[in-house]
Amino acid sequence: MSRRKLWVPVVLGAGSFIGTVVYRRRSVRTRTRLDVYFEDGSMVSLAAGSPDADRLLPFARDVLAEAGAA
Amino acid sequence: MDAASAIAELKELSTQIESVVVAARDGSVEAATLPDDAAARVTSAAQSLLDGADQLRRDLGRENLSQLQASTPEGSVFVVVDSERVAVATTGADPTVGLVFYDLKTLLRQVADHPNGAAGAQDPAAADEVTDEPS
Repeated sequence: MSRRKLWVPVVLGAGSFIGTVVYRRRSVRTRTRLDVYFEDGSMVSLAAGSPDADRLLPFARDVLAEAGAA
Repeated sequence: MDAASAIAELKELSTQIESVVVAARDGSVEAATLPDDAAARVTSAAQSLLDGADQLRRDLGRENLSQLQASTPEGSVFVVVDSERVAVATTGADPTVGLVFYDLKTLLRQVADHPNGAAGAQDPAAADEVTDEPS
């Protein structure tokens, strides 16, 4: 078997693995957010990574931890 | 309907809500599906979340805050407020957001309509698993 035939599956496998990791990281980031709704019907969505979200999301994690631990 | 009965009914109807706490705006727990100490800590953390969101509201010049949802891969936290109370609920990941908000608003409305408000939460007829906290 030529050297090229050996490298093709290796490169494909590595690319698939890296793609999976990137997709999972992106999925987790988009699923972590804070949506705040106001009385006038408007809302603000803060994605993880924004200063306000990073300041407030730890409180939400505290709620989940306390509720889950009970 | 008193707070404990309203929570018990909510738990019967909702398959998504894992835990729920109803507290007065001053942070005192009225009823919860959690033990007293856990309910108090959940309320305290939710109050910090609300305070931070309210600061954001002031910065943006928006009207009063009505509800919020914090989503994480581990689960979601829902907080709904009215003039006297706050309802805090936790769910698993990817809940049906509108349905959970609707259920929590209904919960607060039922408690607000109760003639004695939180006082009725001491009703011994309240369903299992719901913790009453005398005020």
